[in-house]
Amino acid sequence: MQYTFIEILRRALDEELARDGAVHLLGEDVAAGGAFGVTRGLAQKYGDKRVRNTPISEAAITGLATGAALCGLKPVLELMFIDFATLAMDCLVNQTAKYRYMSGGQVAVPLVVRTQAGAAGGAAAQHSQSLEAWFIHVPGLVVVAPAAPAEAYGLLKSAIRLGDPVLFIEHKRLYTMKETLAEGAPLPEIGKARVARTGTDVTIIAYSAMVQSALEAAAELARVGVSGEVIDLRTLLPLDMTTVATSISKTHRVVIAHEAVLNGGVGAEIAARIGSELFDELDAPVGRVGCPFAPIPFAPGLEQALLPGSGAIVHAVRELLGAPAQARE
Amino acid sequence: MAEPTLDEWKRMYYALVRIRQFEAQVQRLAGAGEIPGFPHLSTGQEAVAVGVCAHLSRDDVLFTSHRGHGHVLAKGSDLERTFAEILGRDSGLCRGRGGSMHLVDSGAGVLGATGVVGGNLALAAGAAWAAQAQGKNTISVVFFGDGTTGAGVFHETLNLSALWRLPLLFVCENNGYAEFTSREEHSNVQHVSSFAVPYAIATKTIDGNDLPTVYAAAHEAIAALRRGAGPYLLECMTYRMAGHYVGDAQPYRSKEELAAIKEKCPIERLKIRLVAEGVTQQELDEIGERARQEVLQGVERARAAARPDPATVLDHVYRSPSLHSIP
Ligand SMILES: Cc1ncc(C[n+]2csc(CCOP(=O)(O)OP(=O)(O)O)c2C)c(N)n1
Ligand SMILES: [Mg+2]
Repeated sequence: MQYTFIEILRRALDEELARDGAVHLLGEDVAAGGAFGVTRGLAQKYGDKRVRNTPISEAAITGLATGAALCGLKPVLELMFIDFATLAMDCLVNQTAKYRYMSGGQVAVPLVVRTQAGAAGGAAAQHSQSLEAWFIHVPGLVVVAPAAPAEAYGLLKSAIRLGDPVLFIEHKRLYTMKETLAEGAPLPEIGKARVARTGTDVTIIAYSAMVQSALEAAAELARVGVSGEVIDLRTLLPLDMTTVATSISKTHRVVIAHEAVLNGGVGAEIAARIGSELFDELDAPVGRVGCPFAPIPFAPGLEQALLPGSGAIVHAVRELLGAPAQARE
Repeated sequence: MAEPTLDEWKRMYYALVRIRQFEAQVQRLAGAGEIPGFPHLSTGQEAVAVGVCAHLSRDDVLFTSHRGHGHVLAKGSDLERTFAEILGRDSGLCRGRGGSMHLVDSGAGVLGATGVVGGNLALAAGAAWAAQAQGKNTISVVFFGDGTTGAGVFHETLNLSALWRLPLLFVCENNGYAEFTSREEHSNVQHVSSFAVPYAIATKTIDGNDLPTVYAAAHEAIAALRRGAGPYLLECMTYRMAGHYVGDAQPYRSKEELAAIKEKCPIERLKIRLVAEGVTQQELDEIGERARQEVLQGVERARAAARPDPATVLDHVYRSPSLHSIP
């Protein structure tokens, strides 16, 4: 059966609520379906105590979810926009992430914070950001960013069962994407990337909506005889460098693409690790695609002008291929 | 409320002195360079810890602040392991990962202290929510200072806990200072209990240095909480007899203020009351000496304990080591 991204998240939440009485949903408007309709109908099915509306208090509701997780619940908190996670930063960084460690392993925080990010449709500078890089800097957190509906289904269920705090980042542009769910497929392991398309000439590393752009870029490159391999990272913290290394050992060229700005981005970390761990495999400098260093503008023409897409990836790959390839022994 | 027996008062007197002596050792060893970081003492505020925790069971949970040694001891954490944690020993409550400002003892229902002012409030509300959701009759207690009321999350948590009728006891230790700055310079609101009013949270301001007063007020508040009456904010007026942190020279306090400290001391005040009830000074001295000996022995054992193995420094970041693939 086909599901949109939103519908498939709802199904995953529904199944987890049914499977485990410790799972509770909370957030602004979640009992009313949530700002994007992800939780529609779940309060009717499970009651407004398990699918619970909260006041507009991002700091307190993140603390609340964390405290409840310390005491046996498995809360799934919806932070409506990742831009608002700034208000929950103290809790996420200083409390949620560190509790297991600071307590010497006595307690855990089995919490999923679902949030929604990225630019689309004129949401403008305060509702469009890609802030994931801030979180991969924090030991104790796990950061997941699914690229497609079926992926989101499995990754959300795995996140809820993980036992450590997960920031689960959904891209608003993917919400209407439809996909068929392979019933009964095993749940993905958190921390493992996947190869979304195989190829031999260049590795394109991406996550979240940028995986779709990378797949479009690879299709376009195929038409001019360039075989691109697309890696969907799925998990940004931790990074699956094993899958990255396997691919680069084959292609010897790599472009990392994300919607976030390049400066201090996830791609910078991956590039640094490729540089130190896979230097000998590279036939060209690591290419990076990201948003130019500016806030996301409002006007459609400006938003389009800023956002990197498949064209930017194709361009980056062609530049790499233009770089003189050294003869390999 | 059944009035505690004389023996029970004596036990609480013991608990007060035990915390005082414990922190005297923290002060001594911090001064000697044996304790890393910057411990904060609750000297002078012990009656709040003892009077509130007397009504808690092990299953009730407690969150404390940066000034939490007394709360943790009063809740029932092992003295030696608490001190070992403050020393950074492997036998410490948190195996040396937390220290003075991050004491956690899940077995005793101590779910944490916070080094970030206000960071404990919403967590305590979450613990209360969990108890409510699980149909338990337990409560959650959070200790915080008067300066904490300047934090937005304090107000958010008041609203949320009132709205959800959470079994959450807010205990404000109003010691008149936030670090080196007086309450008057922090807020136009004289009493922290005023903040409870618009949210329709039951509240009371009490003399936090008088153990019988704290005991009775906490009894009333906690009984209401266990009946499901929703949150309660207990403001305990108290006085920090020590500096903000160990080593604070306190230039912001006048000589007159410092001279009046002894009258405020909760131990002296309970002593006067017990003597009036016929307990001899000699017996009180003996109780105090027993507490001191227990502390000294616990502290010596903690000092002798092994330090954590540096090879374990990466333990406990994640549940599964497979998630810990970061160099
Ligand atoms: C968010 C934050 N801001 C500032 C500090 C530094 N700080 C530590 S304790 C303290 C004073 C807290 O005052 P109060 O809440 O009254 O507690 P008290 O120390 O009096 O017990 C401050 C400002 C901090 N730890 N966290
Ligand atoms: Mg204070």
